[in-house]
Parts: sequence; structure tokens; C-alpha cells
Amino acid sequence: MGKTFKTIDEAVIRFAGDSGDGMQLTGGRFTETTAIVGNDLSTLPDFPAEIRAPAGSLAGVSAFQIKFSSKDIHTPGVNPDVLVAMNPAALKVHQKEIIPGGTLIINTDAFTKKNLKFAGYESNPIEDGSLDDYFTLIPVEMNKMVTAACEGLDLSPKLVGRTKNLFALGILFYMYDRPLDATEAWLKKKFKGKDAIIEANIRALNAGYNYGDTTELFMTRYKVEKANLPSGTYRNMNGNLAASLGLLAASQRSGLKLFYGGYPITPASDILHMLAIWKHFGVQTFQAEDEIAGIASVIGAAFAGKLAVTATSGPGIALKGESLGLGVITELPMVVINVQRGGPSTGLPTKTEQSDLNQALYGRNGEAPMPVIAPATPGDCFYAAYEACRIALKFMTPVMLLSDGYLANGSEPWKIPNVDDLEDIDVKFAHGKNSENDFLPYLRDEDTLSRPWAIPGTPGLEHRLGGIEKAKNTGHVSYDPENHHRMVELRQEKVNRIQHDIPPLEVFGEDHGDMLVLSWGGTYGACRSAVETLNEEGKKVSHVHLRWINPLPKDLGEIIIGFKHILVPEINLGQLLQLIRSEYLVDAQGLNLVRGRPIGASTIVKTVKKTLG
Amino acid sequence: MTDIQAPSLSKKDFESDQAVRWCPGCGDYAILAQTQKNMPTFGRKREEFVFVSGIGCSSRFPYYMNTYGFHSIHGRAPAVATGVKIANPDLSVWVVTGDGDGLSIGGNHFMHVLRRNMDINILMFNNRIYGLTKGQYSPTSEQGKKTKASPYGSIDYPLNPPSLALGAQATFVARTIDRWQKHMAEMLERSYNHDGGSCIEIYQNCNIFNDGAYEEYTGAEKFSNVIELKHGEPMVFAQGTKGIKLDGFKPKVVDMEKNSIDDILIHDETDLDLAHIIANWTSHPTLPEPIGVIYCIDKTTYNQDIVNQIESAIKAKGPGNVQDLLNSGDTWVVD
Repeated sequence: MGKTFKTIDEAVIRFAGDSGDGMQLTGGRFTETTAIVGNDLSTLPDFPAEIRAPAGSLAGVSAFQIKFSSKDIHTPGVNPDVLVAMNPAALKVHQKEIIPGGTLIINTDAFTKKNLKFAGYESNPIEDGSLDDYFTLIPVEMNKMVTAACEGLDLSPKLVGRTKNLFALGILFYMYDRPLDATEAWLKKKFKGKDAIIEANIRALNAGYNYGDTTELFMTRYKVEKANLPSGTYRNMNGNLAASLGLLAASQRSGLKLFYGGYPITPASDILHMLAIWKHFGVQTFQAEDEIAGIASVIGAAFAGKLAVTATSGPGIALKGESLGLGVITELPMVVINVQRGGPSTGLPTKTEQSDLNQALYGRNGEAPMPVIAPATPGDCFYAAYEACRIALKFMTPVMLLSDGYLANGSEPWKIPNVDDLEDIDVKFAHGKNSENDFLPYLRDEDTLSRPWAIPGTPGLEHRLGGIEKAKNTGHVSYDPENHHRMVELRQEKVNRIQHDIPPLEVFGEDHGDMLVLSWGGTYGACRSAVETLNEEGKKVSHVHLRWINPLPKDLGEIIIGFKHILVPEINLGQLLQLIRSEYLVDAQGLNLVRGRPIGASTIVKTVKKTLG
Repeated sequence: MTDIQAPSLSKKDFESDQAVRWCPGCGDYAILAQTQKNMPTFGRKREEFVFVSGIGCSSRFPYYMNTYGFHSIHGRAPAVATGVKIANPDLSVWVVTGDGDGLSIGGNHFMHVLRRNMDINILMFNNRIYGLTKGQYSPTSEQGKKTKASPYGSIDYPLNPPSLALGAQATFVARTIDRWQKHMAEMLERSYNHDGGSCIEIYQNCNIFNDGAYEEYTGAEKFSNVIELKHGEPMVFAQGTKGIKLDGFKPKVVDMEKNSIDDILIHDETDLDLAHIIANWTSHPTLPEPIGVIYCIDKTTYNQDIVNQIESAIKAKGPGNVQDLLNSGDTWVVD
């Protein structure tokens, strides 16, 4: 046929269509296969808050982007090389982001007058030439193709039409030389018992692949070689699954059963869904009547001796604020996960943001210090959740885990760890008196300042906890001014001492230079990519990423003074920035873009260059 | 945990070393004393009792009980208690709340803990006033009540706690009065023995901000104004001189000299329709105030169901192994 293979380092593709077009599923399948063939990858699902916005509307467009590479990559990319647009609205929303000269695969059957008008097109962009100068346009009659492919199957035209996403997937598999078998196996499992549906989808998938093969539209195919990842067994991992698995691992290693109390909220609900399946691990899940009952039940379960966890998003944390203060003053171990989304108020429920850092640090009445840890990547959510549990149990404190929508739904290849290799979690319940004649529920460990955990059912250790200030050691109600001051200090000092459990920071690049890019949470990948690029260009730029934000690592101050400039990219208006400026009295600068999407590495590169001249 | 003999405990064993700080003359003292007296009779180890409360005068209760206790935050006691009970279903979990804590700020949790039939005993001290914040009207205050927050009289209509509890699908609803000590003892025991969520509304006098609110049920005329419900027995009161007859769905008070006992309504605590009718007699202008067990049925508890689901999942899938779970899904090996 005269077709040629071109080997490339990496590619970014984006599937976009109506909410009902199955774009998340299509992206998910492309991701699994890409993982299996051994590329490094990073994904960005981008879907509307509405479950089914009016079909064909701009509001209803759902998209999935994946970047895959033969190299070590950290971000899902910004501008796609290939856009699959299943309808005019999808084209309208995403067209401006395709790289110049990129490929546009369009389902022309959806470009009806009605749909064009709905998307705001005056004329058909496929026919009016407006795209031709900028993109490689590949119009495909996908509905007609799948109808032909599924001929003879006992299925309604509507059901046949739904397989067009698999047709599109087949084309992409052809373009990037990926096998079909994993998707076929998945379809057989997913639609078990519905043979006609399985057959239709498999036919559509193969038809798409064969279409790529037989037409002259795809003269070049692309090869992306295996990435050189560290050896081990891998699977594709998203942030919410990783966090859930991290909790489960902590449950096993601590010997405590997991209790989860929470209320459904986007984008955190998947954690509840996953834990609810794992009943055979002894996991107790309680879907509460509201966010407050969720955290209150967690406090009760922690009192009674469970590894107690809740997950929510920003609005839920706001509702939980008073209860979190109760968790702080009663000094019970618990993990509170905030999968951040766009705010304030309902904000952008399905979009990502980092704007709850201040809420995590300060969002409670009184002096209520709470340790805060943020995962860096989807797979890191596993380790961050595990670490949050370990610290909560060791220091007898609530710990907040700040994930975000990008980490929660994004995915990457994840090297499967050995659970036995994770750091020990040592839990000791109190069994007897800890002073001469009494049990003192607030008598502290000298090193960690944690108090004993005496659970109901233990004879002789009956005691009362509560939200009123505690007398030192005895835990009785106390209104004594000096005692209150001391207890406020002790609770803060306890959190500060977690510093001793935080490993030294890793400086990527030289330990001194012109600029330090300082990041936290989900911006890790973009910052690391940007600094890699800048280093290749000879710039003296380094990268430090924070996992613990409260307490801040003890070596951060020393690192910071080695650099002329500090840049803190965040998806907020400068929340870590303020903290760094006040904590270390440095003239750090922010890069702040609050668009509900990850910050692109190229934006960081540009900003650094502008500053350094 | 190994001894199977019931521990021999006394009231003293349930008294903590903390000074009780309610106002002298408060009805809470009587409820505390009766509870401390009842606990040893249940034949259960002291360390297996947990008292959880919210905020308000009544919510100081756990500090005075020498058991495990949790003085939580306003309105949330049922949710905290839910966590305790799910985490360890072997505990006897009690919630102490009031009309403000349980029905206003905590109304949602009150409703849902009963709906789920979580095996928790709720003691709702109803004094029809906010005491701890010094005398504002509460969700059970009568309309027109003059308080600091309602100098011209409250324009809120009160809600009816037993009706609310029944509407929430509670499986045990009872009412007693702080000064009816023997009756209260009986209700506490019934609540303890009920396997499921139970709610006892306790009429409690606040002698500082709402003194005499229940005078007609505790004073000289109390037997004329209160009807003690007894399962399977005809509904007579006023020392047997009056009874209640149903006219269709409408109850009315009748003179026993003119009526046969056979025509009198028989109390059936398992009859939900009847329970709703009785609950409506609260503060009724012509009907006596009902106390006793209004409703009691058996239904599987949430805490038992959660145990059952976990057990059957383990039976079906075997006990979970985290490493196996991590290794599952589509995996590939990098050499």
C-alpha cells in the first residue's frame, strides 16, 4: 500500500464528543492498551457536570486527552496532535487547541444542519474550507460505517449507532499501531451475556482499524516505542483508585479495619464506590445523610478504634469544618481526603483546582492545626493516602489529604508495590493505667506528643472526650487560662514534630541557581517537565516539590536561599505562595491560572524565561 | 472480656468523679440519678457503655457517667454514635440530647439514625427551651412563647417529637417525665432491651427558663392529665375514671361510669397506625398526654446488616488480600 511508519517520541490525542458518545470509555480503552504496550502516559478526562446536557450542545461536550511517550513524561499535554470530534459541538469547543497542522478526525454523520446550528456554526466547517489551511482533515461517515459493519445483527439502529466510538478507537489504534485484543477481551467481559452488543462493538472496532488500513487517508502510521520505565509489574492507575488502595494497604499494615463514612460528592465519590466493593476486606462503608454526619461518624469510629476515613471535595470540607476541630481537640486519628474541584461554592464540580489549600490549613475555628499532605501524581495518591494513615495513627491526629480532580481522574502507569515493603504502621491501644493510680487520657508520648488511644470496651480505662478544652493529662473539662494556652501550644507542637517523620526534600537540578520552581499537589508533572526543558536549554533552574505542606519540611528554608528567584505555580491565586513568603520572608513569585484545568508545562517555561530574561 | 458472669455493679460505679454542674432544681438531676441507678441492673460490663451527646445542658450528661463518653458538637451526637456503633456493635451506645440539639440543629441526624434502625438509645430531654444559651424558644416551644428572642411571642409552631420519630420509621418510640422516676426506670429498661434504634422523649423541667412547663403532668392533677400506655391494656386514666374510645380514627375521652371497659381502646405498641394517632395527642386540648411505649417493633438493625454483608462477602470471595488486589487488573511487566 506504500504506507510508512514514522517513529515519534510522543503524541497527544484527544477524543471529544457528546456526553452520550462514550468518550471517557474510549479514552479509557486507548489508555489501557497504551499502558499494556509499555508507553509512559498521562491522561486528562474532561467532562461536564451535567450527566446528560442536551444532545449536541456545547455544554454537553465530554473529552478525554492522553499523552503517551517512549520517554518519562509527567503531564497529559496541552495541545493535541490529533482530535477526534464526534459532533460539531465537540469540534467547536476543542478546535482552537489542536496544534497547527494537527490531524482532525471528524464524524461527518453528526454534522447535520440542526447540530451545526446548535453548536453555533453558520456553515459546515468541513465543507466551507475554514479548517483546510490549518489541519489535516479526515472526514469519516462513522454512523454509516458502523451500520454497514453491523449488518445482519439483531440490534436496533440506535444501539448500532452507539458503537461509533469503538470505530473511532479502531482508527486511532491503526494510526498508532496498537493491538485490539485487550479491548475485545474487555468488551466481552463488560457486556457478558449480551452477545449482539459484544459482536457489534468488536465489528465497529475492527471496521475502524480496517478503514485506517484500506483508505489512502492515513499514509503515515506512527510508532511510539516502549518507555524505559524501571523494571517491575505495572498497571494503569488513577488517583481515586490509588488513594482507596492506599487506605486498604494501611488497614492491612496497621491491623485496623477500615471505616469510611462519607456523603456522595464529585469528584470524590469513586472512593466510596470502591471501598464499598471491598467488604471482604472487612471495610465498613457508611453513606451518611450529609457531609457533617460523614465526618461525625468517622470521629465516632476513630474513638471506637477503627482506621477511620472520609473523602469529600471543597464544599464538603466547608461543612465538616466544625467537626474537624472536634477531631483536633479530641486528638483522634483519622484521614480526611479533599479531592479539590473548582470553587467557590458549587463552582466547577468536574474541573480541577488547588484552591482549598488555605481551607485545609486554616478552615476551622480556633487554633486547630491539622497536618496536610498532597499527592503529586495519580499513582502517588496511593503512597500519600498510606502516609496520611501512618501519621494520623502515630501522632493521634486528623490528617488532611489534598488530592484534586486532575489527579483523581487522571491516570499513569503505576509500578505495583509490595505491601510488605511499605513503612511499618505500629498501633498500640492502651490496656492499663498509665500513671500511679489512674488512666490519664491526655498523658503524652515524649517524642510524638501523641496521647494514648483507649477504646470503649477496655476495662478500667473509661474516660470522656469532648470539644471543651481539656486539662493537661487528665483530659477533664478545664477553663483554666494557663492550661488553655499550654494545650493550644501542645497541639501545635505535636503537628510541628511530624517534621521529624518527613524525609529530606529532593532537589531536581542543582541545589543553587537562578530559579527554584516550587510546587505542591497536582502541578508536580507540569513543573517537572518545564524544568527538564529549561535545563536542556541550559537554564539554571531547579525544581522542588512539596508533599507535606503542614508541617513544611525542615530543610525547605535552607534550599530556598540557594536561589535568586522562587516561582510557585498553582491553580489558585497564590495560596502556597503566601505561606512561603510569610514563612521564609522571601520575594517568591506566583504563576496562577485558575481555569479549572492543569497548568501547562509550556506556560511555566515561558514564565521562567520571562523572569530570567 | 473473658468472664461470662454478669458483673455486680452499683449506682456508685456509674458515677464519675466530676462535680455535676446543672442549676439546682434542674430536672436533669433526676434523669441522671435514674440512669445511674438503672445501668447496673442491665447486667452488662461498665466498659461496654458509651454515652454520646451534643451541645446543651443535657449534653453535659456523659461527663457525669463513669463510662466511656463523648461530648461532641451541636446536634451531631447521633452521627458520632453511629460511627461508634458500626465500629463496635458489641457496645451499648446511648445518645443524650435535647429539643434544641436533637430536633433543631441535629434534626437531620435524629431522623436518619432512627430511619436506619441503628441500635442506639436516644434520650431526648425536652424542656421546650434553650437553656444553655439562656432562654430562647426551641423547636418544641409552644407558639406565642415569650423569650429574649421572642419578646412579642414566638411565631414558630412547635414540632411533635414522637410524630417525627414515627415518621422517620423509628422502631421504638416512648415518652416519660423527669419526675415519674419509676416510669422512667421502666422506659430506660425497655429501651435498653430493644434491639434497634430507640427514642425516649423525657419531659424535663427547666426551673430557670421554663419553670412549670410540665406542671399539669407532674403536679396534683397529674393523673387526670396523663395517660400511661400499657401494651394490651385498655386506655384508661384518671385513676380509672376516664377512658379513650375511638370514633372512626378520632379518639375521644369518655366517662368510665357510663362506658364498658370492653369499648375502650386497647393499646397495641406494634400498631403503627395507632402509634400515629397516639402521638398526635401531644399537648392536645382535650386528650390526656400519653406516656409510655407508644410504638415498638422488631426489625433488623443497620449495625447487624453491615456485619452480615461483610460476613457474606468474605464467605463468597474469601478474606481479601491487598497484594492480590494490587496485582489485579491489566498488568504488564517491564524487565
